[in-house]
Amino acid sequence: MDKHVLLRDEDIPNIHQLDVYTQNDGYAAWKKALTSMKGEEVLNVVKDSGLRGRGGAGFPTGLKWSFIPKDIFPKYVTVNCDESEPGTFKDHQLIRSNPHQVIEGTALCCYAIGSNLAYIYCRGEFSEPGKALQKALDEAYAAGLLGKNILGTGYNLDIQLHFGAGAYICGEESALLESLEGNRGQPRLKPPFPAVVGLYGKPTVINNVETLANVPPIILNGPAWYKQWGTERSPGVKLFSVSGHVKKPDNYELPLGKYTIQDLLDMAGGSSTGRPIKAVLPAGSSSPIIPAANFGTKMDYEAMAGIGSVLGSCSFIFMDESVNMVWAARKMIRFFKHESCGKCTPCREGTYWALSIYDKLLSGVGTMEDVNLLADVNKQIIGKCFCPLGEFATSSMTFTLKHFKKDYEDFIAQKMGGSKEFMAELNRDHHAHTLAH
Amino acid sequence: MLKEKYAAEIAAIFAKYPPERKKSATMPLLSLAQKEYGYCSDEAIREVADLVGSSPTDVKGVVGFYTMYYEKPVGKVVIDVCDDLPCALKGADGFLSMCERRLGIKAGETTPDGKVTLNAVMCLAACDHAPLAQVNGEYAYDLDEAKFDELIEKSK
Repeated sequence: MDKHVLLRDEDIPNIHQLDVYTQNDGYAAWKKALTSMKGEEVLNVVKDSGLRGRGGAGFPTGLKWSFIPKDIFPKYVTVNCDESEPGTFKDHQLIRSNPHQVIEGTALCCYAIGSNLAYIYCRGEFSEPGKALQKALDEAYAAGLLGKNILGTGYNLDIQLHFGAGAYICGEESALLESLEGNRGQPRLKPPFPAVVGLYGKPTVINNVETLANVPPIILNGPAWYKQWGTERSPGVKLFSVSGHVKKPDNYELPLGKYTIQDLLDMAGGSSTGRPIKAVLPAGSSSPIIPAANFGTKMDYEAMAGIGSVLGSCSFIFMDESVNMVWAARKMIRFFKHESCGKCTPCREGTYWALSIYDKLLSGVGTMEDVNLLADVNKQIIGKCFCPLGEFATSSMTFTLKHFKKDYEDFIAQKMGGSKEFMAELNRDHHAHTLAH
Repeated sequence: MLKEKYAAEIAAIFAKYPPERKKSATMPLLSLAQKEYGYCSDEAIREVADLVGSSPTDVKGVVGFYTMYYEKPVGKVVIDVCDDLPCALKGADGFLSMCERRLGIKAGETTPDGKVTLNAVMCLAACDHAPLAQVNGEYAYDLDEAKFDELIEKSK
């Protein structure tokens, strides 16, 4: 691709400033929609583009918008900027370096469904990039692009920034709404879905930051233009966050379905350690791990499902062959145990027991009997919780065991547990956890 | 009292939400209170509860749920180092051990002079710059021993 659709900050210096953004087609889609399109037309263009949610689930965006009932008021839009999945840092770059495109996409979504109020829910740790977003919002208000009677059309729209305060679970849409209402961020039982009963009990669209950043160019250039990239079922471009053992960790914007995992690894400069890459987590800690033998797979939703994994949020964490999967899986379980909201017993207790088993392995007293117990713990979690967090936790156990059982056997047979490094890690976790809440 | 000292800020926070949805202001008000008192003290919690019309118990439940609200005093400088998987692949655990040695405290503790708190935290969404930390909320990227010393020096 010669030019970026989303990471335009990499082509155009200072595009975070309103004047630079408007000189480069910024807010042209917003003006076009307000002055020459009905909300429903905006919705239909997004539907025709085939855009799918970029937060991980890949649900068709236009379809999601069409679920909003027409006769219930008010309606709300909430933007999910709670980016917290280990390995994911794409929304971070968007709000910091190209914030107006996120704002314009949010505005278009509001207009499409007939909403006059949107909240951007930023994770609390984003206070620094959040400042860039707030500055852009202030600029948009000052220029009359947001607020009352926008461009003399009679349409009113407010977009407010709301900060969380540290909780991965708030990226789950119903937990996000709870948090926005001033409560502990614990998921709601669905149905009803937020499209009908959302924020303050009213119809609500919840979209990821990257999803909405796609909307302005789609409205400006049309569905056919957007479909020049990607495949029939996964159209368009996608951001790939690449981290771990690579030479050039970064965000990469690529057409869906064109490149393989190996291509992405090559773009990121290959292994940074000189050792061969062993495996990748394609959508952060919650995704089924992929061994290097499958790196020939094309990166779109369907092909990734075909090898028993997911495309999800496209956060590729590459690991070289020095990584033992017992250690890696423990890191992931530790994360989910820490982030479990505590509402559903299978998740709260299951992640606790899973971590206890991994701690036993890491400290050098675990056996294969303990490893076999993991499958049992998984069984108690899967399908038994309000939200997917517990299930995410099981995938790090299930799939490291499926593809790298030898790592577990070697770990025990070669008595790798109990090393100075592992004990330091375990002691720190237990100490820090007792002191924190 | 927050109510008197930050009247304008509090009004601006409430203005973000529908007038009948005061409770939505709980989190931003807690952040404001924490900035004023250094942590979410019982007094801060009572004041926020009073402002939003909740019970102090409800507000305390919110404080306990989110990691960025402190339930006890912390250092003037708070260093949050990520030691999640992507950072750990780039040596975050060794880096944290170095921080602990340099400061003479363990992660989760504050130096005896009350100046620096060191925390090990979950993913900070900047894994391309590992190892990394946030120092009083500001990102510090691609850290090593020398850069850590610089950070400590600068924040004194």
